[in-house]
Amino acid sequence: MLGTPILGQFGPFLFAAPFKLHQVGWCSAILRSLQSARRQGRRYLYTLNTAGLKTTKFGLSLECTVADNCIVTSKYNIITFLPVNLFEQFQEVANTYFLFLLILQLIPQISSLSWFTTIVPLVLVLSITAVKDATDDYFRHKSDNQVNNRQSQVLQNEKWMNVRVGDIIKLENNQFVAADLLLLSSTEPHGLCYIETAELDGETNMKVRQSLSVTSELGDPDKLAQFDGEVVCEPPNNKLDRFSGTLYWRDCKYPLSNQNMLLRGCVLRNTESCYGLVIFAGPDTKLMQNSGCTKFKRTSIDRLMNTLVLWIFGFLVCMGVILAIGNAVWERKAGSLFQNFLPWDPSVNNFLFSAFLSFWSYVIILNTVVPISLYVSVEVIRLGHSYFINWDRKMYCSHSNTAAEVRTTTLNEELGQVEYIFSDKTGTLTQNIMSFNKCSINGHAYGTCTMQKNKDFSSWNPLADGGLCFYDGSLLEAVKTGDLVAHEFFRLLSLCHTVMSEEKTEGALVYKAQSPDEGALVTAARNFGFVFCSRTPGTVTVHELGRPVTYTLLAILDFNNIRKRMSVIVRNPEGRIRLYCKGADTVLFDRLHPCNHELMNITTNHLNEYASDGLRTLALAYRDLTEDEWEEWAELYRGAGRTVDFREDRLAAAYEEIEQDMMLLGATAIEDKLQEGVPETIAILSLANIKIWVLTGDKQETAVNIGYSCKMLTDDMTEIFIINGHTVQGVREELRDAMKEEETQGLGKACSLGNGFSEKPKNPTSPTSLLESISGEFALVISGHSLAHALEADMEYEFVETVSVCKAVICCRVTPLQKALVIELIKRHKKAVTLAIGDGANDVSMIKTAHIGVGISGQEGIQAVLASDYSFAQFRFLQRLLLVHGRWSYLRMCRFLCYFFYKNFAFTMVHFWFGFFCGFSAQTVYDQYFITLYNIVYTSLPVLAMGIFDQDVPEQRSLEYPKLYEPGQLNLLFNKREFFICITQGIYTSVVLFFVPYSVLSHATQSNGIALADYQTFAVTTATALVIVVSVQIALDTGYWTAINHFFVWGSLGSYFTILFVLHSDILFSLFPQQFNFLGSAQNTLKQPVVWLTIALATVICIAPVLAFRFLKVELKPQLSDTVHTGSHRSGYAFAHQEGFGELITSGKNMRLSSLALATFFKEKDSTEMRG
Amino acid sequence: MMASSYSAKEEDGHHPGASGAGGAAANGRKPDNTAFKQQRLPAWQPILTAGTVLPAFFAIGLIFIPIGIGLYVTSNNIKEFEIDYTGTDTSSPCFSCYQNFSWNSTLPCKCSLPFSLDQPFESNVFMYYGLSNFYQNHRRYVKSRDDSHLNGNLYSLTHPSKECEPYAHRDNVPVAPCGAIANSMFNDTMELFFVHPNETRSQIPLKRKGIAWWTDKHVKFRNPGGNGDNLTAAFQGTTYPVNWHKPVYELDADPENNGFINEDFIVWMRTAALPTFRKLYRIIEKKSSMTPTLPSGNYTLEVTYNYPVHSFDGRKRMILSTISWMGGKNPFLGIAYITVGSVCFFLGVVLLLIHHKYGNRSSSPDIAS
Repeated sequence: MLGTPILGQFGPFLFAAPFKLHQVGWCSAILRSLQSARRQGRRYLYTLNTAGLKTTKFGLSLECTVADNCIVTSKYNIITFLPVNLFEQFQEVANTYFLFLLILQLIPQISSLSWFTTIVPLVLVLSITAVKDATDDYFRHKSDNQVNNRQSQVLQNEKWMNVRVGDIIKLENNQFVAADLLLLSSTEPHGLCYIETAELDGETNMKVRQSLSVTSELGDPDKLAQFDGEVVCEPPNNKLDRFSGTLYWRDCKYPLSNQNMLLRGCVLRNTESCYGLVIFAGPDTKLMQNSGCTKFKRTSIDRLMNTLVLWIFGFLVCMGVILAIGNAVWERKAGSLFQNFLPWDPSVNNFLFSAFLSFWSYVIILNTVVPISLYVSVEVIRLGHSYFINWDRKMYCSHSNTAAEVRTTTLNEELGQVEYIFSDKTGTLTQNIMSFNKCSINGHAYGTCTMQKNKDFSSWNPLADGGLCFYDGSLLEAVKTGDLVAHEFFRLLSLCHTVMSEEKTEGALVYKAQSPDEGALVTAARNFGFVFCSRTPGTVTVHELGRPVTYTLLAILDFNNIRKRMSVIVRNPEGRIRLYCKGADTVLFDRLHPCNHELMNITTNHLNEYASDGLRTLALAYRDLTEDEWEEWAELYRGAGRTVDFREDRLAAAYEEIEQDMMLLGATAIEDKLQEGVPETIAILSLANIKIWVLTGDKQETAVNIGYSCKMLTDDMTEIFIINGHTVQGVREELRDAMKEEETQGLGKACSLGNGFSEKPKNPTSPTSLLESISGEFALVISGHSLAHALEADMEYEFVETVSVCKAVICCRVTPLQKALVIELIKRHKKAVTLAIGDGANDVSMIKTAHIGVGISGQEGIQAVLASDYSFAQFRFLQRLLLVHGRWSYLRMCRFLCYFFYKNFAFTMVHFWFGFFCGFSAQTVYDQYFITLYNIVYTSLPVLAMGIFDQDVPEQRSLEYPKLYEPGQLNLLFNKREFFICITQGIYTSVVLFFVPYSVLSHATQSNGIALADYQTFAVTTATALVIVVSVQIALDTGYWTAINHFFVWGSLGSYFTILFVLHSDILFSLFPQQFNFLGSAQNTLKQPVVWLTIALATVICIAPVLAFRFLKVELKPQLSDTVHTGSHRSGYAFAHQEGFGELITSGKNMRLSSLALATFFKEKDSTEMRG
Repeated sequence: MMASSYSAKEEDGHHPGASGAGGAAANGRKPDNTAFKQQRLPAWQPILTAGTVLPAFFAIGLIFIPIGIGLYVTSNNIKEFEIDYTGTDTSSPCFSCYQNFSWNSTLPCKCSLPFSLDQPFESNVFMYYGLSNFYQNHRRYVKSRDDSHLNGNLYSLTHPSKECEPYAHRDNVPVAPCGAIANSMFNDTMELFFVHPNETRSQIPLKRKGIAWWTDKHVKFRNPGGNGDNLTAAFQGTTYPVNWHKPVYELDADPENNGFINEDFIVWMRTAALPTFRKLYRIIEKKSSMTPTLPSGNYTLEVTYNYPVHSFDGRKRMILSTISWMGGKNPFLGIAYITVGSVCFFLGVVLLLIHHKYGNRSSSPDIAS
């Protein structure tokens, strides 16, 4: 009963359950069925049935995995939260480690600290993390609900998540397709419907889908309910452009192709409504299959931190071993003799066992070198930075009313280290709005100089569209005065297209264009008096300067990628036959009549001008045909159309025949409108040494145009390589040629890259990037086919070699998955931080693959935003995100980590030195409460405040001097070397903190004669000195003292003394004498002048060398940030000029621009209108 | 009346229901323009410049050197005398005690050591005993006490904490005071005699009170049942530590200095931080302003040698010292201050030179780029 005929092809399948019927709603049924027969192997066979009302009801219980359309990203619910979250948290090595320590501490022979010294911080850390996880999950629930509860019509209103395979869905105009559908019928004739796939593949033009003719009459719900076809199709896959399957219905089989499919993520356009059968839902949809797997992203600092924590563990074990050996020696030499006073514990019978126990005791004591609060503090800081990004008004777009949003809060500092940006084109760099910008008619260029406000066309043309941004008085004059060529020019535009028009109300024309370019051209013609009104299959009606004219449409010679042109052949009311052609200048100019030579030269100049401004150009031409010519050709054409084999080729040949000897009319230039501030942003980012790649699904020409208009490509580049080969060999040749070219252009000395750049360690001190060693500027444009070859294992090496020399790289016609592969490649070979930015569903995979994914929000699609780590509304906010927020985050995080490791080493290593004086018995130097509170109370807040609020240079400086971004890319502020400096400083401090009190107090007495060298006094003195030293150190490290910093630093010191006196007070002692036996130590100790003299001495010995060292560093090797800071009173602008745009100008990158265009470069607004 | 040109994005903007962008409703609000949220909080931005660092170094130098000199002079004016009476040397009068005495010995061993003071000790003189190689800071030793017990808690008195093991019970009778610290209490007694030129000896009165911290004496340590007269009854049902020769309520005749509040006991219980330490033993108060407390001349130290240190190579010392505002003799502090002060001053000079030589050039922005 199921699709057995083709089973042989797919192999046996386990089972296929029959259908199930669901009676719901008003008149009809939701047609639910099942799918999915699972095979043992790795392939699945999906079969699908729908059945009428008569069918039996059994079988649903057998249903296996029917994928529903519900998408769940949340992790917990209220009940599972606590156990699952705790389980997850204890999967963190650090937390398990502390749990292990806690258990160790319960063994009395080992316990060198009270149980609460570990449990209090552990509980605190766990609960902070739990709260954060809970908040995150709450928001995930919210966004899940939002998507899942979108309305969709399954012959009855349903939510997206309830859509099942086998359901029949009704889609209305401008709705998102909810799942992968088989188009059954549509309101348009012939079961046609139009979809926009920008979300899916980034292409802006509309596409047509057609239902099978047998299903196209299933127009009403009743008939649909009777539909009981059966679909056998390929398993879910990620290929967006192909689909194969078969529909079995009424004992016939019908082949299904991509032409019948509506994929999730598309938007229905120009079609009132349509019905579709759900083939794949939820995670099985092509869109979701293309989005790649979500990986938990970690920053490089995270990874470094984990390595360092492991090193510290190693260090801890070493210390433990040293002290345990010391303990063995001591117990043997002294301890055994001391047994009269201090017998060994009953279970300990020899020094070796004692040493073993002491090892664990020391592991407990010294565990504070791996600070338990490290991870949670890092998270808190990142959260703080995330809020600052969310709150930034300068990243708020008032147009779409969206603020920047941080969706992954754990990546902020990586924003300060980005080296590669991969950008989508449509919707990211461009607004996806085409505007008619310039034109050249009969050798006369229009639209070049006028910058005046849009004139209202409506005064003379009531049908004009107010949305057009093009106006040229002289052109309007030419039209009015009856310039025939201008008339013909606009007549062509109004005739030669595939736009549909619709007159909703009287006079209000709405055009439905397959591509926005066409829409723009027809609209331009409309405003200049040639208003395309309506079409029938055989006629086109145009209002020519107010006069309706109906042309007979004889043939449409449609556009395709190889022809790169389209033509129409029309007969005007007078009976003259004329061919109108528009197309790429390269193809069109070959087919002109020789007498056009002069005009062609002038027009070519204009076209070059337009192209270098990044405009999309088209040349327009016509040819008069005699009746005979037409008849002759029409015969050929009909013959070609009838053939079955090679129909396309035959047609193309026929078209070729007639598109000859044409007369040139002129050319148009359409601007793919850039988003605001794109060229400026790209210029600043490239000054910050960030390489920008454009990855787009769009055509090569379009992509190159955008490359020019956003100044990634310029005419002054030494060479722009175009890799366009279709074979492995071809691509390899092209890459080799490019390499050779690069080398001859001055790379001679830098050919070391031949023997393996990937192994070459990144040397932070000498940034010998290849970019700096070559004189010329290169760019590379590669197409999707070639990229597929270039990404193969044996060629990717050559590919990376070539592209790493290029300043700009444009990949066009790439699939979503290829975008991800390119990023993967760069991640693997360059070990650089990558950022991907995009707005559509086709960018999801690259957003997920890159270290940082940025989604453009405020547009219609939200797939990219949902997958992204950061989202904002405008591409230009990227410079602020990276140069200001990213840079600060990196700086703050590095400063935080340096200080954090320092303070813990200073704190903990004192125990190590004390071990040599207390018989290696794991006695702590400090009071146990001090140990408990040191990390979480006394020293946590000042460093958090620094980690959250610190600024080295004001934000405008970071934008003025993009070079300030470099330390992040070179990873200079926190690396293994810096880490060693920090811990060395920490160990030095611990030495001072132990030995200064040791030397002073061992013989000292109080001023009343009582000896001072008792344990409690020593503990209080050392602890106080430590708190003061680390407070002074944080004061030195803090570069930006806000009131909060003051409050935290002074507050921490204050809280230390307050808590100290409370813990050492009579009251607590009288309540719990065992626990608070430091009674009176604080009062007695801190009133001794000797103690304060000791603390002052220790502080100066600890801090003075640091101060001297830092001063010398600023004096002898100043960083740019130091200089910027100290030079802040000087004329910032002059300096900025040298640093900022100067380089751009001297590099000649923008020299080709006219002075006017240069002005636009600095001007934020209206950049699009002014380019010209 | 005029329809707009085709524009996907714009057109859809008017269909919020259809597009329903997920996050848009949630974040579509303009952030507040507060200094905090925009990271524009007013802040003080200290920078390390020659103008701040160099004066700091000179200031530290100029402050530390005088303090150091003051400390050094003060320390030098303090008179201190130290005598080792362990008896490791065969010639020492305490040699036989050192060799033979152990915790098990029942008969006290006495020895007397003559010594002479070259200079008179003017003000109050403090008499210390010092022990070396004695690990009062050992972890197991430090925790082997019960503060609740020592605070006079009746329950703890008869149920000493298990931290006191193995000195919590003796023959199943609770030990008071319990623990290793109390058990090993220093119990040598020392008497000091001035030997007049005519060979007659006069005993120097030693004050045994006022040697402990006030908080220890009055808060931390309390006899069970309050500091009443009848300590014997209060300690009923307990026994004294194994190394002791008498119960805790017989430490002193003075009821204000007996039992747990005996100051010798309290001093001992305040464990030392380092294995070599001194503890205050007695105070020799100045009698009159005319005569020095301890005139120069010959003295004899009579020691009742009860405390065996032979087994662990310990040393015992007796120290006499006067004090000043900064306590006892402490040459290290003065020297350290002078050294650190000088180094800072010197560093200041070096940095000044470096600043003059290199600083001006490199801080100029024209070159720094």
